[in-house]
This record gives sequence, C-alpha cells and structure tokens, in this order.
Amino acid sequence: MTKIYVPLDSSAVAMGADEVAAKIEAITGIAPVRNGSRGMAWLEPLVEVETPKGRVAYGPVTLDDVAGLIRDGMMEGRAHALCHGLTEELPFLARQERLTFARCGITNPLSMDEYASHGGLDGIQKAIGMSAEAICDEVMTSGLRGRGGAAFPAGIKWNTVRGADADQKYIVCNADEGDSGTFADRMIMEGDPLLLIEGMAIAGLGTGATKGYIYLRSEYPVAKRVLTAAIDRAYWKGLLGNDVLGSGKAFHLEVFMGAGAYICGEETSLLESLEGKRGQVRAKPPLPALEGLMAKPTLVHNVISLCAVPTILAKGGEFYRDHGMGRSTGTMPFQIAGNVACGGLVEKAFGVTLGELVNGFGGGTRSGRPIKAAQVGGPLGAYIPLDKFDMPMDYETFAKIGAGVGHGGIVVFDDTADMAEQAKYAFDFCAHESCGKCTPCRIGAVRGSEEMAKLIAGGDATTHLTLVEDLCEVMEDGSLCAMGGMTPVPVKSALDYFPEDFLKGDKG
Amino acid sequence: MAENTSQPRRMNDDLITAHVGETGGLMRALNALQQHDGYIDAALVPKLAKAFNITKAEVKGVISFYDDFTKAPKGKHVIRICQAEACQAVGSRGLTAAAIEKLGIGLGETTPDGRVTVEAVYCLGLCASGPAAMVDGQLKGRVSAHLFDAYAEEGEA
Ligand SMILES: Cc1cc2nc3c(=O)[nH]c(=O)nc-3n(C[C@H](O)[C@H](O)[C@H](O)COP(=O)(O)O)c2cc1C
Ligand code: SF4
Repeated sequence: MTKIYVPLDSSAVAMGADEVAAKIEAITGIAPVRNGSRGMAWLEPLVEVETPKGRVAYGPVTLDDVAGLIRDGMMEGRAHALCHGLTEELPFLARQERLTFARCGITNPLSMDEYASHGGLDGIQKAIGMSAEAICDEVMTSGLRGRGGAAFPAGIKWNTVRGADADQKYIVCNADEGDSGTFADRMIMEGDPLLLIEGMAIAGLGTGATKGYIYLRSEYPVAKRVLTAAIDRAYWKGLLGNDVLGSGKAFHLEVFMGAGAYICGEETSLLESLEGKRGQVRAKPPLPALEGLMAKPTLVHNVISLCAVPTILAKGGEFYRDHGMGRSTGTMPFQIAGNVACGGLVEKAFGVTLGELVNGFGGGTRSGRPIKAAQVGGPLGAYIPLDKFDMPMDYETFAKIGAGVGHGGIVVFDDTADMAEQAKYAFDFCAHESCGKCTPCRIGAVRGSEEMAKLIAGGDATTHLTLVEDLCEVMEDGSLCAMGGMTPVPVKSALDYFPEDFLKGDKG
Repeated sequence: MAENTSQPRRMNDDLITAHVGETGGLMRALNALQQHDGYIDAALVPKLAKAFNITKAEVKGVISFYDDFTKAPKGKHVIRICQAEACQAVGSRGLTAAAIEKLGIGLGETTPDGRVTVEAVYCLGLCASGPAAMVDGQLKGRVSAHLFDAYAEEGEA
C-alpha cells in the first residue's frame, strides 16, 4: 500500500494538516503517517508520497487541493503545480547539515522501531558500556555549548553534577522556548521526541541522575501530546524505567507544564516554577548544578543541547567538534522567521553567514519589499542591519558587536518596520515578563516604555533618548538576570543602527 | 469549556488532592483547575493553601504570577493573537487592531454577552507562519482579519 505522510507538526496543523490528512484517508482509504515537519514552513502542510524513486513532496496542500491532487496522480508521485519533486533533493534541505534533525520529518515520531533503524539508540547503547566519567569526557570533547542562549560549555556542567555527592540528582530539560522567532525545540519534540528522551537518559547515565523533568510551555499543546505518548512508548520499550535498556541504571521522566511565563525559561525561575512556586529568579550561587531542583544537584539543559548528545555519543565528541568554527562547535538549528519568503528550520554548522540563511535559504522577505533588519537571538537579541549580514553565525563574532546567537532565532523585518516601535516593544515585553525581583528591571522597563512612547508621539528626541540610554545602563549593570540585563541589547541596536527612526518626531 | 458536573466541588477536591506530595504539586493543581473550570475560583484558595501546607497569600502569589491562571471565567470562545516580534514582522499589530475593531473589545477583554475573549499571547512557535493565533485551543497560521468575522457576526445576529 502506498505510504503517505502528512505532518503532525504545529506549523502544519496551523495550516490545516489535520483536515488534509482526514480527507486523504476518506478518499483513498489510506491513513497517512503523521510525521514531523521537514522544517519548510512555507510549504506546510507538506504532503509526501513514497514512490520507488523516493519520497515526492506536494505543498502547501489545502483541503480544497486534496481531491484534485489525488485525481491527478499524487498517489503515484505524478507531476502537479504543487509538486516539488523528490523531497531529499529540495535545495533548502539538500544544503543543510542535519545531525540533530537527521530523522525529523522522515520517521514516524512515535515508532521506536523506526527510531532505532534510523540510528536512534546508538548513542545510549554506547553510553551504557562507558563509565559516567567517560560519557562526560565525550561531551566535553564535543565542545557543545548550551543552545538555550547562554552558550555555557555543557561538559563542565555535566562534570559538576557528576562530581556532586547527593542521594538524588535531576536532569531538567528546559522546553520553555519563549523567544519569538524560535521553534526548534517544538519541532524536534513533535518530530523526533525519542531523541530528547534518549539524550536525557544519557545525561542520567553521565551524571548519576535518575529522575528527569521536561518543563514544557503551555503554548505547545501538540508537543505535549506527542511527548507524553513518546514517554509512554519509551517506558514500554525499556528506554525509561528502573533498568534502562538493561544497564542496571534507572531513569524516570515526565512532562511538567508551565503556565505562560516567559521568565520561567531562565533556569532558576524554571526550577522555582517546577517546585510549584512563583517563577522568581534565584541569585547564583548556588549553581543549579550543585543546588537545583529541591536543592539537589540538577543538570538544566535546553532541548537542543540534550538532543545533540545522542549524536555526540554515537559518533564521538570529535566528530561533532569537527563541525563549526572556532569555539562554536557543532551544528545549530537556525530558525528563519518573521517576514521571510521561505521560512523554516536550517540546521548548519556554525560559520554560515546571516545573509546566507536569510537570503540563500529564506529567499528574502515574504512581502517582497527590501529587508531592513533581522533580530537574531530572540527578544533579548540585537537588530542587525543589512550591511552586517555577512557576519558568520558564531558566538564570538556576535559577542564582538554586543549581539548574541541565542537560541538561533532569526526574525526578518522589511523596510516598513519602525525601529523606535521595536525598541518600545523590547521595554514593554520586559515590563510584562519581569519577575519583579530587582528594581532596575521591574521599574526600568516601565520607564523605558514611557519614554519611548513620548518620543514616538513626537516628543523631544534628545531629552527622551538621554533618559533611555541612562535606563539601559542601569538595567545592564543592576539586573540580577539577563531579562533586565539584556533588554537594552535590542533597544541599543535599534538606536545605533537606525537612528533616523528615532528622530522622526523632531523632523515632523 | 468547562462542563457543569453534578458534583463540581467534589471534582475540584480531587483535582487538588491528586497532586499533593508531587513535585510542583501546586502548579499541577492550578493547571488542572484552570483547565477544568476555565478559571481559578477564589473560593478554592483556602483549600489549596491547606492541601499544600502554605499560606493563602502564597497561593494567591502563584496564581497572580502566571498569565495562564485567570480569576474569572473567559468567554465561550477564546481568541489568542500572538503579539511577539516574528508576528509583528508580518502584520500582527494591524491584525490585532482589526480584532479589536470588529469585536468591540480590547486585548484581555470579553464581549459583554460572554461570547468571545480576545487575549495576547507571546509566541506560539509558529514564527515562520505568522501572524499566528490560537482559537479555542486550535492553532492558526497566516491569519487574516477574516478570522474574526464569524465571531463578530454571531454577535450582531
Ligand atoms: C529571560 C531568560 C529566558 C530564557 N529562556 C530560555 C528558554 O526558553 N529556553 C532555554 O533553554 N533557555 C532559556 N534561558 C537560558 C537558561 O537560563 C539556561 O541558560 C539554559 O536553560 C541552560 O541550558 P543550556 O546550557 O542547554 O543552554 C533563558 C534565560 C533568560 C535570562
Ligand atoms: S532582571 Fe528582571 S526578570 Fe531577572 S531577576 Fe531581575 S526582575 Fe527578575
């Protein structure tokens, strides 16, 4: 029987994939496999049909297209206006270096057999034969740095947790993915959830932790459903439980739901929330690696960091380290979002330029207008002007201009964007999401927004901008965490690179 | 939406006690109550405090910290429109303005007849398919202002 694929990924479902899948089944009698997304959001729902030559892609397929596509021979992989040929040969995919997302969109996310036959479980099988120290060494060798934003070397953290003496240790996966413009965590949790489970189980073996939590944001209902089902499968197949794949070691895992607070992505706020409290940021030290969840040693990692681990164990830390540039080793799933023609997920080794991602992969703006800027690294990231698009995606290169790679989100804006409005929004967002623990952030953000509002309404630019710059300095120096401390990054980049947008009131 | 069960009190008690002793039990209980009732009834605060052995003030502090926990029931339909940068870049400000105009209510408000609530949401992870929204739990990508017509017209009829 012909195999047909319709993604269950949120980006496909939001464009009608569930209805498309139901209609295909109604007409053909074949229930489509609900796979993950290939990461080409502009083609979703992307329907694929298996043919002797390989999988043929059709998209974006709407409910109204289904009957016609089937009549015109979609089930045999025939040509059609919506047909893009073999999926694997699509340039957007063929030019990527997919290590972490190697299976995403290809396999059935909930099939352990398909997972294993496509290289899954190789990492944990190796890890089971290694000492905890050797596992941590492998992670250290890989040069992996945290993908959640702070880019801290993972190996150091693993060793700290491993070395801590305690009756209970935890692995906590940070799946709060609150940055606008990012969806890599969501996509892998929906498209290859067993990879995250394997990565967390390996982290358990490497550090001596026997219990894990995935702290998932409530805005991700599909990920919740898929992850929960995958955890059930993993218990059933022995990847989780009291004796992980015959290793004699236990690892238990569950999903814990957040409740709509961006600040809970900050790791100590997350731990408070996981303990059932207000998500108020904790002062460090103590480091979560020594005193984290319930004051026990806790390894907190972003989803993508943990998902890199099975590859690192399976193929070796050196293999992973051989990708990338300088101290930015390995690959990063960059997410091209906002006003972009061909948005989606591009996994590439570090070193690819911003321009290659936005123009080479993304094909410029969706509106067809000229690009004005791209905000890189989420709401606390800088607005990068077009003349800096030749910058390689590399932690150090970005740090040099006061910007960051963050979680790899790139939000494209066309020339209609008003950078004064964007600067005001940065303050508004901080005001809305501040945990309230420190004054520079709690009050500074509100004051910043007020000053920007006055400036936008036509007030004297010099007066208001002097105050804004002062506020930025106080927030940078006096905030406990990066929420307050880095809100000035988007504000100052907007001001530095697009001063004309802040002086309109004066002219008019 | 929350159904009126024959024994709502009993049900709420169960939703609370089920999570006592669990890691993050209060968050779990609040999420369960919000999902079941559509809001967190202030009358449950003393019960929650007792069950989790904390003060009423602490319970209220947790409820008020999280956007998902609401103190009053929402409308029959809940439309959440993403307000974050990736959606701003593809017109979410205009889309939000259109919703406000068509429905006659601001963000965070419910129509007087209790039919529709419009809310801000900060990122649904549909950043390459914006502007994005969630309607009664269903994700919507590349949303246009037509989305709101059905809800606006229903009101006029
Ligand atoms: C305001 C704020 C929000 C954050 N949001 C997230 C998030 O959504 N996901 C994430 O993985 N890390 C987030 N982080 C970073 C975490 O604090 C922490 O560095 C990370 O979870 C560690 O994992 P990693 O080493 O794998 O990156 C945030 C930090 C701050 C200051
Ligand atoms: S900077 Fe803001 S979010 Fe961070 S601890 Fe201070 S008040 Fe809380």
